[in-house]
Amino acid sequence: METAPKINNTAQQASTPPHVAKEKVKMTENQIDYPDKTVGLPLVDDAKMSMRDVCVYYADKQAIYDVNLDVGKNEVIALIGPSGCGKSTFLRSLNRMNDTIDICRVQGSLKLEGEDIYDPKLDVVELRARVGMVFQKPNPFPKSIYDNVAYGPRLHGLANKRYDLDEIVETSLRKAGLWNEVKDRLHQPGTGLSGGQQQRLCIARTIAVSPEVVLMDEPCSALDPIATAKIEELIDELSSQYTIAIVTHSMQQAARVSHRTAYFHLGRLIEVNDTRKVFTSPDHQLTEAYITGRFG
Amino acid sequence: MSKTTETVRKTLRKRYRAERRFRAYGIASIAVGILAVVVLFTDIISKGLPAFTEAYIQVEVVYDADTLGVAVPASEEELMSANYRGVVRQSLYALFPEVDGRREKRALGDLVSSGAEYWMRDRLIENPSLINKSETVWLLADDTVDLFIKADDEQREGSRLNDRQREWVQTLEDDDRVEMRFNASLFTHGDSREPEQAGLWGAVAGSFFTMLVTLGLSFPIGVAAAVYLEEFAPKNRLTDFIEVNINNLAAVPSIIFGLLGLAIFIGLFGLPRSVPLVGGMVLTLMTLPTIIISARAAIKAVPPSIREAALGLGASRMQMVTHHVLPLAMPGMLTGAIIGMAQALGETAPLLMIGMVAFIVDIPGGPVSPATVLPVQIYLWADSPESSFVALTSAAIMVLLGFLIMMNTIAVVLRKRLERRW
Repeated sequence: METAPKINNTAQQASTPPHVAKEKVKMTENQIDYPDKTVGLPLVDDAKMSMRDVCVYYADKQAIYDVNLDVGKNEVIALIGPSGCGKSTFLRSLNRMNDTIDICRVQGSLKLEGEDIYDPKLDVVELRARVGMVFQKPNPFPKSIYDNVAYGPRLHGLANKRYDLDEIVETSLRKAGLWNEVKDRLHQPGTGLSGGQQQRLCIARTIAVSPEVVLMDEPCSALDPIATAKIEELIDELSSQYTIAIVTHSMQQAARVSHRTAYFHLGRLIEVNDTRKVFTSPDHQLTEAYITGRFG
Repeated sequence: MSKTTETVRKTLRKRYRAERRFRAYGIASIAVGILAVVVLFTDIISKGLPAFTEAYIQVEVVYDADTLGVAVPASEEELMSANYRGVVRQSLYALFPEVDGRREKRALGDLVSSGAEYWMRDRLIENPSLINKSETVWLLADDTVDLFIKADDEQREGSRLNDRQREWVQTLEDDDRVEMRFNASLFTHGDSREPEQAGLWGAVAGSFFTMLVTLGLSFPIGVAAAVYLEEFAPKNRLTDFIEVNINNLAAVPSIIFGLLGLAIFIGLFGLPRSVPLVGGMVLTLMTLPTIIISARAAIKAVPPSIREAALGLGASRMQMVTHHVLPLAMPGMLTGAIIGMAQALGETAPLLMIGMVAFIVDIPGGPVSPATVLPVQIYLWADSPESSFVALTSAAIMVLLGFLIMMNTIAVVLRKRLERRW
């Protein structure tokens, strides 16, 4: 992130020494009033998930301020922003992974196809089957490749027969582009794969339960460029069937894979726009400052 | 050479010296440790080894029906209470026909253990046809004879045998009528006042049942407590308080647990004294902190990413724990449990309080029959006045150490075998 790509780079900015750049950020921050409303187009007509006035607190500290955002059907939305801006926190509140943190509190309305995610009557198990998650660090279970992928379907009783399960495992691995590499060693431990393969295994594991939405929390940050390219390709293919929200620190990645991009800053959602627009002519100057690498 | 280099060289030499010194300290402390172990083991083994053999005396016995005081054929009841002592003595008088007078005869009879009579009883009950026949047999010698035979000349001076008895033993030795055999009774008999008949088996069985109760109670309770505290309990003052108290319990002197067991289990609940069940319950109290602490450490060592992965796929917390956390933490928890068990196996003080220090001859048949345990048996034997018990004590220590080494080896092997690398 420190070496953020300078998409709108100009010769003058490139030659600015770092300490001057810092100065500039400070000035920018002092001068800028946070917008009352997110600029751009945070809402869409055909929303899969819609979040209204979402605030997240860690004990007394507020991490997310009044975020309004829709995620459209079969859309890939990228969440970008500097470290600690709350994008991961926001993402994790979409399938209630924040529940595991005792001091975390979520306010506001978060809906998945009109159903309140935080409704006490809603079963979190069902929610997580519908909204899957891929984590930053590849985290396969220390079991065989087969068992890794079969874990979710078994858990939810999606396959009654061995044959059905085999099929789910194969399709999931195929969708994750891993089948050809592992079909001969399905019963070897998943932890023996390379980092990129492990991450694709985790994606296969997530899509094995046929979720409607897949959340990805910096899925490529631990991978090399080749593995990253494979995963990005995969995201592109998956977007035809799934709705994907991806947190990323790499702006090239956001530009390559996403349809819309949301920029978070210090817990506020500053701007949401078409990805192309965000990276060419952002509406808000904070967004511009970030994507041109003047801070972050 | 620049000034910096010069300074660096000087300090470098000093640094190397310090490093060498530090390494020497380490080696020295390990050497002290090894020396202590070697001294301990040589002392125990040299004292204990003689106890693994015992002396037998060869005699011709005549199972004379008149001396035995039984009819022919004899009923089993008659054989149970026949006069075997007379037969044994007759066989000894036959070896030394010159012995005369009540006192001398009695002294001669004392050369053979009373255990020989029991052996003869069992033999005759099994083969009643031997009555009125004679055979050559080896009879277990008395422990004073045993000690005398094992002793060197200097030690023989201090023997409890009188001059006549020493002559007889000498004669028997010269006639090759004395043999050292493996002390099987050590591993088959219960305790006895007669050192040559005393065995460890009662204590081993008592220890086994006690450990069974301890493991059966402390492992499930400890694991459940650890899982709850680690995975489900809210983090607040109450759980902090509980944690501090668990750690405290680990440092409470074990005799206090014994007093507690005496007051609660025996006094309040009315459970019997001296039984492995109560012993196991008391040792459970003592072992629980060890198991809880090690199980919590093992659970903590399971990477959070695995938990997140399971939760993210829609596993409930309980499923996350049973499918992933417990299997991954199991080697650590088992190691902790075995180390806790090893501790409990060597524990004496709390068991004294609940009456497991009684003199019990019978081999316990279950967790509610009176028993004693290995370390208490060691304590009892160390306390006995007969000098033969010195060797027996050391032999019992060797057996106990053997069990401890075995358990700790299992713990190490388990950890090595089941350990997963990430």
